[in-house]
Amino acid sequence: MDNSSEMILRVAGLQSLIDLLRAQAWVVVGPTVRDGAIVHAPIESVDQLPRGIGDLQDGGSYRLRQRGDEALFGYSVGPQGWKSLLFPSRELLWSGQRDGADVAVEPAVVDPPRLALLGVRSCDLHAIAIHDRVLTERAVPDAAYAARRDNIFVVAVTCSDPGGTCFCVSMGTGPVPDRGFDLALTELLDPAGHRFLVVPGTARGAQVLDELRALAADEAAMPADEPDRLAARDVGAQAALRMGRALDVDGIRDLLYANTEHPQWEDVASRCLACTNCTLVCPTCFCTSVDDVGDLTGSTTERWRVWDSCFNTDFSYLHGGSVRSSVSSRYRQWATHKLASWVDQFGTSGCVGCGRCITWCPAAIDITAEVAAIRSRED
Amino acid sequence: MVPRPFRLVGRRQDTTDTFTVLLEPTEGDPLGFVPGQFTMLSAFGVGEVPVSVSGAAHVAGPLQHTVRDVGAVTHALSRASVGDVLGVRGPYGTGWDVAHGHGKDVVFVAGGIGLAPLRPAVLEVLSHRDRYRRVVVLYGTRSPDDLLFADSLADWQGQGVELLVTVDYGPPSWAGRVGLVTTLIPRAGFDPKYTLAFVCGPEVMMRRSAMALVERGVTPDSIRVSLERNMRCGVGLCGHCQFRELFICVDGPVLSYARVAGLLGYREV
Repeated sequence: MDNSSEMILRVAGLQSLIDLLRAQAWVVVGPTVRDGAIVHAPIESVDQLPRGIGDLQDGGSYRLRQRGDEALFGYSVGPQGWKSLLFPSRELLWSGQRDGADVAVEPAVVDPPRLALLGVRSCDLHAIAIHDRVLTERAVPDAAYAARRDNIFVVAVTCSDPGGTCFCVSMGTGPVPDRGFDLALTELLDPAGHRFLVVPGTARGAQVLDELRALAADEAAMPADEPDRLAARDVGAQAALRMGRALDVDGIRDLLYANTEHPQWEDVASRCLACTNCTLVCPTCFCTSVDDVGDLTGSTTERWRVWDSCFNTDFSYLHGGSVRSSVSSRYRQWATHKLASWVDQFGTSGCVGCGRCITWCPAAIDITAEVAAIRSRED
Repeated sequence: MVPRPFRLVGRRQDTTDTFTVLLEPTEGDPLGFVPGQFTMLSAFGVGEVPVSVSGAAHVAGPLQHTVRDVGAVTHALSRASVGDVLGVRGPYGTGWDVAHGHGKDVVFVAGGIGLAPLRPAVLEVLSHRDRYRRVVVLYGTRSPDDLLFADSLADWQGQGVELLVTVDYGPPSWAGRVGLVTTLIPRAGFDPKYTLAFVCGPEVMMRRSAMALVERGVTPDSIRVSLERNMRCGVGLCGHCQFRELFICVDGPVLSYARVAGLLGYREV
């Protein structure tokens, strides 16, 4: 994309973008404040965005704060990424109807909504790309995921104020969106005024900008100039310097494979509650189980797929007992899968450095610290 | 991810807790599979379990599964009677690839119900008996009452199979061997340098058997094992069956011992 397609939007121009997407039959889903957290929800107006809201994140701790400015995207990441929209926590696979001895089985019909995702961080863009590989680039792809995935429009945003548990720089996944978006915003809050540099990432995104140019008031949507670009570049560069955490990924696959019996796994197990929070907030965790549900007469059957977690004891259950009955083996499985075996399976790390597993761990267990502990006392 | 309806056309009680179901699709083609593969077998309204195919792959006939009644789903399957409809997805996973044993001795080591997934492989070998040298079946089970496929075993002996059987404990009336299946490995007549071995049973039994085969001189890459893990999808999407980097449902269940020997040495992977 050449620079000429880039634009500057004022807040009114962002509203015009939302209006335009809605007019094109997209349901715009963006960040809102609910229950003291940033939560994605359908929006119609910029007034629903978390204006002036930032967050304070640390191991086992998440608080919203007043930033004292007008930033609409001044938080880092909320508890849930976009996973639950593309890969619902509970989904019907098929239903069966009994007729005498016979059973007629009907696959579930997938009718994906047209979602425009507003405010997607680079870490979450990479998480979606990882899910694409895990769920669709397979011998038997997840058709429902693929259908939902084909029906989204992505408006990314450069992370301007990373949280205390963020480490996307270590994982090479942020903070500046580099792929996987139709439009990318960078929010600018400098003396030149509250505005957004908008960069198209796809032809479809550029088309939307063209339409926006024709539609929005002159002062709300303007061509971008060089100082705007420099200012936007600085937002990303500054954010990259303010990562709350870091993870040394050098040789991490071999490090974890070679330390399968490291005493640190027992150490972390003495703190881990096996509550599954880390896997539920992780934007790449994809493990699921199925529940067969029948009615009381036994005439109808439904099979529902539900999110599962490798921290559950029965996740690895075989007749006679669970393969991973100890918490240490379950934490080891999760961390080793995320950072090491994922690479063998899918050619990429399963971690995007969003820090959610650290923030939402009630015991403040920090995957970056656990790996560092293993590295410092290698077997 | 949607099961095909299959009708139960025959049922055999093999032992007190183990039974074999014979299934035919209510419509469409029969299920093609290779020995060693499994299907996801559903009892409608109860759930779904992975079960290896236990019947012959090379002859037409009903799909056969030999199942041990150990949980809610397998119990529901055990109560299905002729005419009932069960769900089948698959077949999934890797096979034994017995043809790699052409011109060699082939050794089957079975522990308990591990004989069921090996049975299609033995039957394939016997259907081309002249392509293999010695055929050895070593079978260990809990007690004489737990012996599976007794008719088949006698039949196999008639077709030139060296069959050695041992039980963990036998009543006074048992005149056969007592002890672990691993104790049969040093006695069986095969040339370890020209042997392809197929091992199936509880994980610890497979590991000990593979070690005994290696000790006898069989190379680890000439030993195949069939691993078992919790499975919910059969196609590598649900994550349950992971064995570090392996999805047992896709990369397995049949794997070279050379590939997994190191991993089997760790607890709770």
